[in-house]
Amino acid sequence: MAIKIIEDKCTGCKLCLSACPYGAIEMVDKKARILPQCNLCGACVEACKFGAIIMDVKKEEIADKQSYKGVWVFAESRRGEIMPVVYELLGEGRKLADELNSDLSAVLIGSQVDSLSSSLIGYGADKVFVAEDKELESFRDEPFSRILVHLIKEEKPEIFLAGATAIGRSLIPKVAARLRTGLTADCTGLAVNPEKKILLQTRPAFGGNIMATIICPEQRPQMSTVRHKVMKKAEFDKNRKGRIIRKNIDGLDISGETKVLNMVEDLTQKVNLTEANIIVSGGRGLGEAKNFKLIEDLSKVLGGAVGASRSVVDAGWIPYSHQVGQTGKTVCPNIYIACGISGQIQHLAGMQSSKIIVAVNKDPQAPIFKAANYGLVGDLFEIVPLLINKLKEVNC
Amino acid sequence: MNIVVCIKQVPENADVKINQETNTLIREGIPGIINPFDTYAMEEALRLKEKMTGKVTAISMGPPQAEAALREAVSLGVDDGILISDRAVAGSDTLATSYILAQGLKKYGQFDLIICGKQAMDGDTAQVGPGIAETLGIPHIAYVRKIEEIKPEAKYLRVERMLEEGYEVVETSLPALITVVKEINEPRLPSFKGMLRAKKEEIIRWTASDLKLDEKRIGLDGSPTLVIKIFTPEARTDGEIIEGTPEEQVEKLAEKLKETKMV
Ligand SMILES: Cc1cc2nc3c(=O)[nH]c(=O)nc-3n(C[C@H](O)[C@H](O)[C@H](O)COP(=O)(O)OP(=O)(O)OC[C@H]3O[C@@H](n4cnc5c(N)ncnc54)[C@H](O)[C@@H]3O)c2cc1C
Ligand SMILES: Nc1ncnc2c1ncn2[C@@H]1O[C@H](COP(=O)(O)O)[C@@H](O)[C@H]1O
Repeated sequence: MAIKIIEDKCTGCKLCLSACPYGAIEMVDKKARILPQCNLCGACVEACKFGAIIMDVKKEEIADKQSYKGVWVFAESRRGEIMPVVYELLGEGRKLADELNSDLSAVLIGSQVDSLSSSLIGYGADKVFVAEDKELESFRDEPFSRILVHLIKEEKPEIFLAGATAIGRSLIPKVAARLRTGLTADCTGLAVNPEKKILLQTRPAFGGNIMATIICPEQRPQMSTVRHKVMKKAEFDKNRKGRIIRKNIDGLDISGETKVLNMVEDLTQKVNLTEANIIVSGGRGLGEAKNFKLIEDLSKVLGGAVGASRSVVDAGWIPYSHQVGQTGKTVCPNIYIACGISGQIQHLAGMQSSKIIVAVNKDPQAPIFKAANYGLVGDLFEIVPLLINKLKEVNC
Repeated sequence: MNIVVCIKQVPENADVKINQETNTLIREGIPGIINPFDTYAMEEALRLKEKMTGKVTAISMGPPQAEAALREAVSLGVDDGILISDRAVAGSDTLATSYILAQGLKKYGQFDLIICGKQAMDGDTAQVGPGIAETLGIPHIAYVRKIEEIKPEAKYLRVERMLEEGYEVVETSLPALITVVKEINEPRLPSFKGMLRAKKEEIIRWTASDLKLDEKRIGLDGSPTLVIKIFTPEARTDGEIIEGTPEEQVEKLAEKLKETKMV
C-alpha cells in the first residue's frame, strides 16, 4: 500500500501539489515527492495528467464473496409509519436488483409492524423480513443492530441500503462495524459497475464542495446510507406479490442497556424541515428577530417549512432545529427560497441539492446568486410582502 | 470522572477550492483546525469536569501536524492529549479509524464517557463514533443535544437525542459513547494560562505497534472501502437574475414558480 511516483513520467508540472489536501507533496529536482503527512486519499492520482502517480492497494479477498446475493433495504419506521425515504430506497434498490439479476428485500423491525409489510411489497419488495417483539417498540441501537447483524449473517445480502436519517446514521455504522464491512455515508448516487458487478456509491464530502465515488471491493454486504429526497420514489402497485418472512429472534438478547423514556416533538416546526417540499429560509438580512414573521407568512402561503442561516440561529432569533447547512440540517426540497441569506459555503452545503433555489438579496454580489435558479436583487422587505400577496391571489 | 474526547484535525473549510481544470481540491498553506463539532464535544467534557471533578483527555489519530489540534485542546483546559500517528494508519476509512481509536482507548484504560463530534467536517460521515462504541462493546447515543443527568458512581447517563421531528430522552449505562450536536453548548475560547500550558505540555504519542494494531485492519489496505473517483459537483449553469421593479420581479417569479407545478 503506497502512493508511488513514476519518475520517468513526472514532468514536474505541480498539478498534484495543488491537488493535495494535506500539503504532502514537494518538488525536488522537478520531480514530485510524497511527504510523510500523506493520507493516501488519492487526490494526486486523479490530478496527474501524465499517469505518473499510482496508488497500489492490496485488499485481502474474502472467501465467500459470491455467496452474497440480493439487495436489502432497511424499512425504518417510526410510530407505526414507514419513513418516506424507504420508498425511495425501494425504487433505487429495484433498479440495482434488476441489474444484478437478484431479489429486492425489505427488513422490518419493531412491534406490531406486520401491517406495514404489504405496502413494502406494493412498493417493490420481493420479500419482507420481519422481526417483531413488543420490546422493539421504540428504536434502540443495541437490539436493532443485533437483529440486523443476525439477519445479514444468515441471509447474506450483497447490498444493504438504509436512509441517512438520524436513526440510520446511528444504527448502520454500528452494524457495519460489527460485520467489519464497508459503509458509505449519505450517498446521493448509486450505480452498479456493469463488469465487476460492484456498487458505485457517490457522496458529497467537504460540505458538498467535492463528490467522491466509493466502492467496497472485497467485503460484503456493501452498505450505504442514502440521503432523503434524492432518489426517485418507487411506484406503488397494489397487485404486486411478495413473500413475508417472519424471522425468529428468540435466541437474541434484545434487552440492551439503553432505554427511551419519552419523545418530545418540536412544536416550533409545524412542518418537518427534512420532509418539506417547500422551504423558506431567513438570514441576517431580516435585521431582527420579529421580522421572521415575514418568512413564516411566506412559508404559510406556500404550505412550506421555515429554515434559517446559522447567524440568525446563533443570534437567538429562531431555534437551532431550523438551521440549514453544514452544522445544521441537510435539506432537499422542491423549492428553497433564501431571503437575506448571503449564501456562504457552509449554508450552501445544506441546501444546494434543492431542485429549485430562489434567492432574494439586496447585494448583487452575494454568493447565494451563484447557487440560485432565480435571483431577485432587491430589498426583501419590499419583495417578500409583494410575493406573499401575489401568491395569495394565485391560490384563490 | 474520566472523560475522553475524540478530536480530528480537519482542513479549514474556507480553504477548500476546486481547480476547475483538474477537478481536484486546491489546498495551499492548509491551516488545520479542530473539527468544529469536536469543539462542542470538548466543551461538554470540560463542563462536566468542572461540575463534578475528574479528568478530560483528548485523543486524535492523524498525521504529525495533528499535534497542533491537541495543543489547542490543552489550551482550552483539556488535561492530556494523545496523538496516534503512524504511516501504517494513513488512508484508514471510518471502520479502520474506529478500530484504531478503540485500541487507543483500550490502552488508555479506564473511562466513564467518550464524547465525539456529530461528524467530521471533511468526510461528513458520522460513522466513527458508533464504530468506536461497537468495537469497544459499549452503548452509544448519537446526536445528543443535552446531557440531562450523569452519575458516574451509579453508572447512569440520561441525555436528549435529537431526531428529525424533535428529541427523545434516552438513558443508558456507563461507560458509554455519545456524539454531540452544535446545540449542546457554546464552546469557550482558550485562556491565556491555557495557551502557556499548551506550549509546554507534552503530547503523548502512540504508534501502531504501541497499540498492537492488527495490520490487516488498518490503513488503506485494511480498509474495506476505497475512493475511486473525486470530482466537482456540477455547477448550476441555468441560473437567472430576474430584473425589474419589485412588482415586476415578483410577477415574473410567481409565473416561473407556477410553471414548475410545484406550488
Ligand atoms: C464551521 C462552520 C460551520 C457553519 N455552519 C453553518 C450552517 O450550518 N448553516 C449556516 O447557515 N451557516 C453556517 N456557518 C456560517 C456561515 O459561514 C455564514 O456566516 C452564515 O451562513 C451567514 O448567515 P447569513 O447569510 O444569514 O448572514 P450574512 O452573511 O450576514 O448575510 C446577510 C445577507 O442579507 C442581505 N441583506 C441584508 N439586508 C437585506 C434586505 N433588506 N433585503 C435583502 N437582503 C438583505 C445581505 O446582502 C447579506 O448577503 C458556518 C460557519 C462555520 C465556520
Ligand atoms: N482521526 C480521528 N481522530 C480522532 N477522532 C476522530 C477521528 N476521526 C473521527 N473522529 C471522531 O469521530 C467523529 C465523527 O467523525 P466522522 O465519522 O469522520 O464524521 C468526529 O467528530 C470525531 O469526534
